[in-house]
Amino acid sequence: MDNYNASLDTLFHALADPTRRAVVQRLVKGPAPVKELAAPYDMALPSFMKHISVLEEAGLIASKKQGRVRTCTFNPDKLAAAEKWFDDQRTIWASRFDNLDTLLTTLQGETDET
Amino acid sequence: MKPDLRFDFIADMQKSTLTVRREFAAKRQLVWDCYTKCELLDQWYAPKPLTTKTKSFDFNEGGHWHFAMIDPNGTHYWSRTDYETITPIDGYTGYDGFTDETGVINPDLPRSHINMTFTDKGDHTLTETVVSYNAPEDLQTVIDMGMEDGMTSTLERLDELLVKLTA
Repeated sequence: MDNYNASLDTLFHALADPTRRAVVQRLVKGPAPVKELAAPYDMALPSFMKHISVLEEAGLIASKKQGRVRTCTFNPDKLAAAEKWFDDQRTIWASRFDNLDTLLTTLQGETDET
Repeated sequence: MKPDLRFDFIADMQKSTLTVRREFAAKRQLVWDCYTKCELLDQWYAPKPLTTKTKSFDFNEGGHWHFAMIDPNGTHYWSRTDYETITPIDGYTGYDGFTDETGVINPDLPRSHINMTFTDKGDHTLTETVVSYNAPEDLQTVIDMGMEDGMTSTLERLDELLVKLTA
């Protein structure tokens, strides 16, 4: 549990930045070299590499250097953890609203009878 | 039996907000009452299989609702909603916080700001709840808590209450 929470902590920090979110979205489609990932951004390579390290530390992506090319790949397990939390929240709200549907129906039934 | 009612659930991690929209098959005044009277709130607010119990209630600007959500083992999860602004029957704003049984807000846990709006949609009512946290770290703290409580893992089989109603 502790490990799970710690990893979520870094995960949310990692995803709090728009550049990093865009990189993850790109990598969901398939692996890509750092050079290609950095191309859309008006940013020095060292700055971009910092984003890559944050994503790697969060476990969202992995990278591997072959020759002079560093290729990044997406790690789906980590994002699944965050998605699970939001799914759980959605379930809570859905359950609460189902209760309210029930109550509203009951209340309207009472009004109709009088 | 359940009509096709709109339900949007949008999480924005960058802004640390949750936006929840839900349509109800009832007039706005009735939906408003269900949100603003504790004898009605007690009947629906906690998600299954938890139940809601109000300890004190004052629906006025500056007032608050102190309540517990109780799980099947009898564990009480105490919360408090403080009402900031109220515009019947259009909406209200306030803060949700975690408390103990006496209603004292736990300063170590983040509070969230709540903005509730109610609008007509034909004969139905559309509600929108925007839950905002001050920072991603605050949202994170709440996420971690939810996991520790195990509250989120026990929620299932919602349809049983619909069956209960028709019986």
